[in-house]
Amino acid sequence: MGRTFSVRDTVTPNNTPYAIARYSADELKEALKKMYLIRKFEEGAEDSYMRGLIHGTMHLSIGQEASAVGSCMSLSDEDKITSTHRGHGHCVAKGADLSRMFAEFFGKESGYCKGRGGSMHIADPSKGNLGANGIVGGGLPIAVGAALSAKRLGTGAVTVCFFGDGANNEGAFHEALNMAKVWNLPVVFVCENNKYGMSTSTERSTAVKNIADRAVAYAMPGVTVDGNDFSAVAEAVDAAVERARKGEGPSLVENVTYRWRGHSKSDRNRYRTKEEIAEWQSRDPIAAMAKLLTDHKIASEDEIAGIEADATRIIEEAIAFATEGANPKIEEVTRDVYTQEIAS
Amino acid sequence: MHTKTDLRELSYAEAIREAMDIAMAQDERVILMGEDIGVYGGAFGVTGDLIEKYGMDRVMDTPISELGGAGVAVGAAMTGLRPIFEFQFSDFATLGMEQIVNQAAKIRYMLGGAVSVPVVMRFPSGSGTGAAAQHSQSLEAWTAHVPGLKVVQPATPADAKGLLLAALEDPDPVMIYEHKILYKMKGHVPEGHYTTPIGKAAVMREGKDLTIVATAIMVHKALDAAETLATEGIDAEVIDLRTIRPMDRDTVLASVRKTGRLVCVYEAVKTLGVGAEVSAMVAESDAFDYLDAPIIRLGGAECPIPYNPELEKAVVPQVPDILEAARNLAKGRI
Repeated sequence: MGRTFSVRDTVTPNNTPYAIARYSADELKEALKKMYLIRKFEEGAEDSYMRGLIHGTMHLSIGQEASAVGSCMSLSDEDKITSTHRGHGHCVAKGADLSRMFAEFFGKESGYCKGRGGSMHIADPSKGNLGANGIVGGGLPIAVGAALSAKRLGTGAVTVCFFGDGANNEGAFHEALNMAKVWNLPVVFVCENNKYGMSTSTERSTAVKNIADRAVAYAMPGVTVDGNDFSAVAEAVDAAVERARKGEGPSLVENVTYRWRGHSKSDRNRYRTKEEIAEWQSRDPIAAMAKLLTDHKIASEDEIAGIEADATRIIEEAIAFATEGANPKIEEVTRDVYTQEIAS
Repeated sequence: MHTKTDLRELSYAEAIREAMDIAMAQDERVILMGEDIGVYGGAFGVTGDLIEKYGMDRVMDTPISELGGAGVAVGAAMTGLRPIFEFQFSDFATLGMEQIVNQAAKIRYMLGGAVSVPVVMRFPSGSGTGAAAQHSQSLEAWTAHVPGLKVVQPATPADAKGLLLAALEDPDPVMIYEHKILYKMKGHVPEGHYTTPIGKAAVMREGKDLTIVATAIMVHKALDAAETLATEGIDAEVIDLRTIRPMDRDTVLASVRKTGRLVCVYEAVKTLGVGAEVSAMVAESDAFDYLDAPIIRLGGAECPIPYNPELEKAVVPQVPDILEAARNLAKGRI
């Protein structure tokens, strides 16, 4: 059950991987660059935390870069995404400015949310990113609402709704998928199944083997793909986006992936083994993407080293921008609670 | 209601429907969402036959999914539509609180002002229908406790229309608590488009001896009590709070400075609610110096709403309760 349509239906010349057949060399190199930017953003965030430059917590998506970037390949700035607490990668994939992201992470006025949101609420509506969300499942109904707007206003936009395996047991997931299908809305539900909702494995929390199996209950296509395989992710999500754009309604895509780091900074990794983590680290989505590009002569190893160096430089500049930025003014703490401030 | 017979009268429900009709005719972005609001016309008949005029794409029956429905309204409001979401009973909004409290109220702030959430939500609330504990609550203080939301409680048909049209013009989320017993109450409603300002109380009756601050159906009970009190030589001022977030501090404090006595009457559970806020507002201001007697709060009993009709009446303030409190205050008995 569940696999009511297959991404493998796509026939490409000479059996080349979907991404190679579908995207130009520049687009593929840009995708790899975004994957490096995500990895290095996360590493920079972790390092900044360790050095005491920022407070709070963070949820790092190292190891999940192919899912974020592959899922956004056929989206324009008019298309929307909703994101999760593990949302830095989605933000980068949707085209955010790394400097403003880091500034937000550092709590600065120059950040995307002017220092009011932090890691868990980074958004960039100008690029169609409606925001990360601190509530598991919080973005699912909101994504359906965005798709309702697109349909009603005739914008042609598609909404990609990112959520994790944990969210698939929230009522909001079931209500959102049901309504999306009842109203046949242009939304793609992308489940990033990284195996654990905090410490509880999907085996212990979820009645179905594949989360995509749940698509059957909502009469929409559901497919499970290797979320560390950029081409497989792009193939599945692109097909779902195309369906949505043609008015054929919602789909559910499950990207099976893994977070290398713990759930958040408090995680001591007592629920999984070092061997399991090492096994997934050997399936590094960025290394796989780099190999895909060299194997198909899209980029040389030198070019790839150059892309990585470029990403490193952008992150360094972003951290410098964030470090130098001004803190928000305490007397402006209630600004933006309402559009017009209400006297207390 | 206290209206002249030559003025057009509508019921409170009809006034709300007229507001929605005007808004939908003016603005394609306005849509209605809720359970059984289409051909059924709404559990209380508020949406009525609007589906015939605007079709099921704009008068959308939702599944029985309060959390999801509220969230769809939030997402739609963020991306260009102006949804009016009806919770069938305000009690059912407890199933949608996540989207109201964590999302609608906070998205603008969390995103540094980059996005507004112009959603309107309607909450049929209150007791008096014999529907018992899960269909009769007055939970407006829940949402009024959350910065980012605006919360109104219209007491008259005219304000029910004007506040809804004001809510639709407001860029921020507005929660409208409508008392079910008021739906059939008639009163003068001006024709056409007008707005009742959010955040402004109304002095319904001027008086000099004591101030009665009331919300929703209690406004009418307070006005009834004031008529009786007048025959006893007690001149009560009655204020309809209309909005509980943001609260109209100026109107309440000015009245208390004038009368020196305050009764606050509301249907919700007495403790930790609107009465506490009104009382604290007075206590923390210079109006405190004008008080000649302690403040009295009249609110609901510390009890779920019971089924038996006599018990149901007993747990919320009634006119005799207001009379007793006002007489005691005016005659210096407390």
